[in-house]
Amino acid sequence: MSFTSFGFLLFFGILLLLYYTIPKSWQWKLLLAGSLFFYAFAGWTAMSYMAAAILSTWLCGREIGKCYAAHERWLAENKAASDRETRKARKAKAKSAARLWMLGGIAFNFGALAVVKYADFLLGNVNGLIGLLGGGEETIPLPHFLLPMGISFYIFQAMGYLLDVYRNKYPPQRNLGKFALFVSFFPQLIQGPISRYDALAPSLLAEHRWDASRVAFGLQRMLWGFFKKLVVADRLMAVVRTLSGSPDEYQGVYVLALMGVYAVTLYADFTGGIDVTIGAAECLGIEVAENFQRPFFSKSTAEYWRRWHITMGSWFRDYIFYPVSISKTMLGWTQKVKAKWGPGAGKRFPVYLATMLTWFVTGVWHGASWNFIVWGLLNGVIILISQELEPLYARFHQRFPRLGGTFFWRLFQVGRTFWLMGAVRVLDCYRDVPVTFRAVGTIFTGFNPSILFDGSLLALGVSGADWLAAGAGALLMLAVSLAQRQGGVRKRLAERPLALRWAVFGALLLAVVVFGAYGVGFDANQFIYNQF
Amino acid sequence: MKTKQKHAVLLTGVIAVLILTLCLFLLQELLRPKYGQLNIPEGTLIADYYDDPTHHDVIFIGDCEVYENFSPVTLWEEQGITSFIRGSAQQLIWQSCYLLEETLGYETPEVVVFNVLSMKYGEPQSEAYNRLNLDGMRWSAAKLGAVRASMTEEEDFLSYVFPLLRYHSRWSELGWEDVTGMFRRESVSHGGFLMRADVKAAGAIPEGRPLADYQFDETCYRYLDRMTALCAEHGVQLVLIKAPSLYPYWYSQWDEQMETYAREHNIPYLNFLDKIDEVGLDFSQDTYDGGLHLNLSGAEKLTRWFGRWLMENCDLPDHGDDTDIQALWTRRAERYHAMAADQARELAELGYLKSYGAKKPE
Repeated sequence: MSFTSFGFLLFFGILLLLYYTIPKSWQWKLLLAGSLFFYAFAGWTAMSYMAAAILSTWLCGREIGKCYAAHERWLAENKAASDRETRKARKAKAKSAARLWMLGGIAFNFGALAVVKYADFLLGNVNGLIGLLGGGEETIPLPHFLLPMGISFYIFQAMGYLLDVYRNKYPPQRNLGKFALFVSFFPQLIQGPISRYDALAPSLLAEHRWDASRVAFGLQRMLWGFFKKLVVADRLMAVVRTLSGSPDEYQGVYVLALMGVYAVTLYADFTGGIDVTIGAAECLGIEVAENFQRPFFSKSTAEYWRRWHITMGSWFRDYIFYPVSISKTMLGWTQKVKAKWGPGAGKRFPVYLATMLTWFVTGVWHGASWNFIVWGLLNGVIILISQELEPLYARFHQRFPRLGGTFFWRLFQVGRTFWLMGAVRVLDCYRDVPVTFRAVGTIFTGFNPSILFDGSLLALGVSGADWLAAGAGALLMLAVSLAQRQGGVRKRLAERPLALRWAVFGALLLAVVVFGAYGVGFDANQFIYNQF
Repeated sequence: MKTKQKHAVLLTGVIAVLILTLCLFLLQELLRPKYGQLNIPEGTLIADYYDDPTHHDVIFIGDCEVYENFSPVTLWEEQGITSFIRGSAQQLIWQSCYLLEETLGYETPEVVVFNVLSMKYGEPQSEAYNRLNLDGMRWSAAKLGAVRASMTEEEDFLSYVFPLLRYHSRWSELGWEDVTGMFRRESVSHGGFLMRADVKAAGAIPEGRPLADYQFDETCYRYLDRMTALCAEHGVQLVLIKAPSLYPYWYSQWDEQMETYAREHNIPYLNFLDKIDEVGLDFSQDTYDGGLHLNLSGAEKLTRWFGRWLMENCDLPDHGDDTDIQALWTRRAERYHAMAADQARELAELGYLKSYGAKKPE
């Protein structure tokens, strides 16, 4: 069920009505039933994958909890009578048993994800190699598994929970139904955010009273999400498809145009979906983590990644980057590097390796293709180069001390980050890596700025009216982002007269209804991040 | 919150919702296609029926093969039979069935004439034609059924309830006629008949390509059975016809199935393709689009012949003493002949019917 379908609006309306009319102790059960109903539209195969993820993670989490509980019980009974070494050994034994359950859960779930999402890619590459060595074209037949909707999101969310339980951050959830709701909570099934159990569960499982202003806030945010998705993203998607579909035809400045248009499209699409997610949850009294913080105002790549898809970035940071950086193996390697190449190399080595590994995994998470792997690695390389250049920047600012704080310098930094990320991001669009590099190369070899003025941009699969609607929508998004720097727009609007609020959101509703790209004559575009 | 304050918030909310609803309604009326002004007269036909609350002796039901080929005014002038055509472009059999159901809710005619070409379509065909057919229908259980039976995969039921959801994208092509036509519907038909007086002779008509399966779909038979039952329930004589359009090609295997059905249900079935000479049709003069549809001259010839057949074979009332009906149909005939004269003038002046949606001949 797509967020932008009439079916979803009907489903959500009925759910909301029931949610506040049934006894409060039933609210989480209703949410679970609603979430399963929502996900049932993805098909029974997808349902069975999710059920397996829920059951296995819950079971492993519970067993990990039992290991720690048994140790705690033993400690309570024997603390006085046992020596330090015995206690240490018992703790290590409990941890070791817990590790087995954790590894089992991770192997099962990431294994399932790897099989359904990456089997074709891996076997395709093996076939390619066999082909190069003189074998047939498709020596190993590709299984073509159906990719269940949102599997990368819910498995990462479930594994985050399992790792946290293993780290003894919080006790496991004993109630299978409550845990199932945490994994399957419908607003975040399509494209995240990847929530943490300790952040989401308290409000998810709590009882909520009707609060008109909170529901109004939630509906307002959903409306804003629909505006971004339907008026801006879905209109511009046709341009993205046209430009990336014929790389031999659209070169030079067209590629720059693609970078700009795709940046706006992806941002409107992804943040629009997240707005619907957070807004829907807000209506239900549930707090879902923010996933964006005006990323296009970032002044560096590292900052950009702290503000774009925040929950994914923090997941990789907490569960890959940090553990890898401080692992015993890494410390051992670091010592060796330090001894051989000096302290500078020793200091950089773990950061470089952990960064590149994290970005490689981030790329792989996005999709089973070389485009995403190269995309991930390029992000890592850019971040590391930026770090290496920091002394150079410092010297530059020492030489020109007044420049640093100026508006134009900040604008330069923001523009530089925007286009740099845009250049890397077009790997999403083109069919393969060589085509992408060739296309980006034509910016320098086939510079053709005349297309900006001769009407060529109006012949990219959308009409002038489409450009006008999407352009006005994008400007409104920019204005709202600028206003958000002074605080929440909805909150500030809530302080204004009621009639003005109605006028603003009424106008927004009319804009979505009239200018939205939906219904017959428009391609029903699934959310871009849904495919990841 | 104080009670007074609560009331103020509630009142503001109610007023805001009312204003918003009004805005949505106005937008819907603005963006709804004005078929009459857009030179798509087919889109106006279904709603024309509601403007004529009088009784009709004969109701024609079907697709373009009825609304282009039979003239109710001629039927009145020649035989004194009152009639109306409930047809629209590519009207599918379930749409015809639900239109019949709706019509029988308004009146009980003596005869219902159904053109059987739509038996060839066993499933929904085109969203655009669905809209031409269904947008003009008034809301009723019949429309509900027609919409549900007709929707293609890309369509949404809600967009029939709120056409704004379908036509919202017309904002970029709005013209002045959309403003002037917001609350006005222009009727261009004559009792459901679309007049075209121009001529485009039929050339060589190729034989139909062999089909893998000539059997009509079960769905079509189901709706035909339902139409037969509806007519029987209301004591209405059903007449099945196949209009004399030269294409779409009408296969002999299809014709046999219709003959068998008519025989088994004791219903008259007239295939006018077999009566072209008897009717006096000349496809070098009596068609405006090379044999697909009859023009004014052809429609009048066909109507005259069929009027005589109706008088001979059906029990129809005599309106000779009904001065109200006579006056009404006289006024309709005046409008009809005025349009015919206007078309003749435009043909003489321009060589084609520019004002009636015809394209300039190359």
